[in-house]
Amino acid sequence: MGPTRSTADSTMSALNLTPAEQAMLDGADGSGTALAMRIVVRLAQAMDALSLIPVSGAHIDSCLYHGKSGLDFVHRLVDGAAHVRVPTTLNVSSLDLLHPELYVGDPAEATAARELMDGYVSLGCEPTWTCAPYQRQDRPARGADIAWAESNAIVFANSVLGARTHRYGDFVDIAAAITGRVPNAGLHVQRNRRATVIIDVSELPTALLEADVLYPCLGFVIGRRCSGQIPAIVGLTTSATEDDLKALGAAAASSGSLAMFHAVGLTPEAPSLSDACQGVAPSLTIKITADDIRDARDQLSSTAEQPLATVSVGTPHYSLAEIGRLYELLAGSMVASTVAFYVSTARETLHEAMLHGWITPLRDAGVIFVTDTCTYITPIIRDTKGLGMTDSAKWAYYAPGNIGVEAIFGSVSECVRSAIAGRVIRNDWTWSDAS
Amino acid sequence: MLPKGVTGRTMIDGSAAAPASVLTAPLSLWGGLDPITGRITDVHHPQHGDAIGGTIVVMTSGRGSSSASSVLAEAIRLGTAPTAFVLTEPDEILVLGAVVGHELYGVTTPVLVVEPSLHAMIRNGHPVKIAPGGTISGG
Repeated sequence: MGPTRSTADSTMSALNLTPAEQAMLDGADGSGTALAMRIVVRLAQAMDALSLIPVSGAHIDSCLYHGKSGLDFVHRLVDGAAHVRVPTTLNVSSLDLLHPELYVGDPAEATAARELMDGYVSLGCEPTWTCAPYQRQDRPARGADIAWAESNAIVFANSVLGARTHRYGDFVDIAAAITGRVPNAGLHVQRNRRATVIIDVSELPTALLEADVLYPCLGFVIGRRCSGQIPAIVGLTTSATEDDLKALGAAAASSGSLAMFHAVGLTPEAPSLSDACQGVAPSLTIKITADDIRDARDQLSSTAEQPLATVSVGTPHYSLAEIGRLYELLAGSMVASTVAFYVSTARETLHEAMLHGWITPLRDAGVIFVTDTCTYITPIIRDTKGLGMTDSAKWAYYAPGNIGVEAIFGSVSECVRSAIAGRVIRNDWTWSDAS
Repeated sequence: MLPKGVTGRTMIDGSAAAPASVLTAPLSLWGGLDPITGRITDVHHPQHGDAIGGTIVVMTSGRGSSSASSVLAEAIRLGTAPTAFVLTEPDEILVLGAVVGHELYGVTTPVLVVEPSLHAMIRNGHPVKIAPGGTISGG
């Protein structure tokens, strides 16, 4: 007879562990692994899971320094002889190890951040230092169960790769990597991946549907209106790129707790609307208007009248294609002397772009490349009093609270034109054609 | 105020007694809470600037970033964390922050999920009491 559960008391689910899992919990692999297994088990109980499942990889966000508690935690794991059991990548940290001169924060905090990074590497994680692990050559296959943290990476893995990860947070990410297990629950379960709401963009003007700014703005609207749901988006153009879907997902995971979307005709689990919904029609359809998209842009843009001091792109980390596009737009011109232009990307992507010959001309144009971290999570931006312009809804959403910059959202071409002119310039035709 | 005999689902069991901070929108602690001061720093949040340390935070759920667990653990270390959370939807990211806060510092931060209709009866600033087993009263 299987385990029974009282519906009146859902506090404790009857979680079944295999002998190997029970041994980890009992300390057979050391106290670090036992701590990791306690965390996985507590999560499984919170999710009402009945068993754990193996994962084939993990992506760790716990390596970003938030204070001494993070160090206390990693030291507990290292001292307890823990080691990752599956291939594990590391998210952005607080420091740019390739360009340490960019850091303008407290040196003591930098030392602590470095200690945290070293701790995760010593647990066996790969020092990738990127929030976009899905841009690496080696990325999860469709249907693979993985344990990923970092909200934008979670959305991308589920939606665009068709890999399966629940919305994991700090601590459980490394706990899953060390135990190689996650709860058999949430987005690992097929029926939980069905679309629960339809987002219809088919009535948007063509100019807007073909503009790159659509995706972050649409993501922002979706996060606000469908937090915690799985939307099926219908009406996007088939020319939408992975970078477009990345921007959409990152924005939606910032403005709401989105972990997955389907883009019908574009993403692997949504060849049709019926597939996305697994045959169960959602009761709600939300039609998106051009006003919704403009409102999103305006909500992501400060009305403060300060000079433009910063342009920051690459949140999430710029892909090779995005650096190539920036090269086309900016190489040969000069960023105004009053503006600092930052591009955040992965160290691996920077290296690839260098081989394409794009980095030196961009640096000559005044671009500052940032790797291993991002400009809105650590003190890099020198002038935080002036306006900061960005092509990232996520950056525009978080930078004001994190680093005190007044943000202006725009397309990458608007960002480039503004950086050259030294003042905010809008491509008004994109937005006015939208009306 | 809650009627007598209300029991929530205990994602983290424990006891707590503190004034309620009723948040009218979900809050991601990362980018939303300053662990040094215990105040809401998310400029987009309706309760921006409010001090929620030492209160029982009443909101539908957390939101957004997966770094929120770390911010909760750090706030627990510094003694600026909310005393408990009362939600309408399970939030595993908050649970993990509370689990690690307990593992490292021995502090229990109860996390309860209650029916939305009951949740709405809790008034901002009014005292709320949570007892082991998920019993919740006051508000």
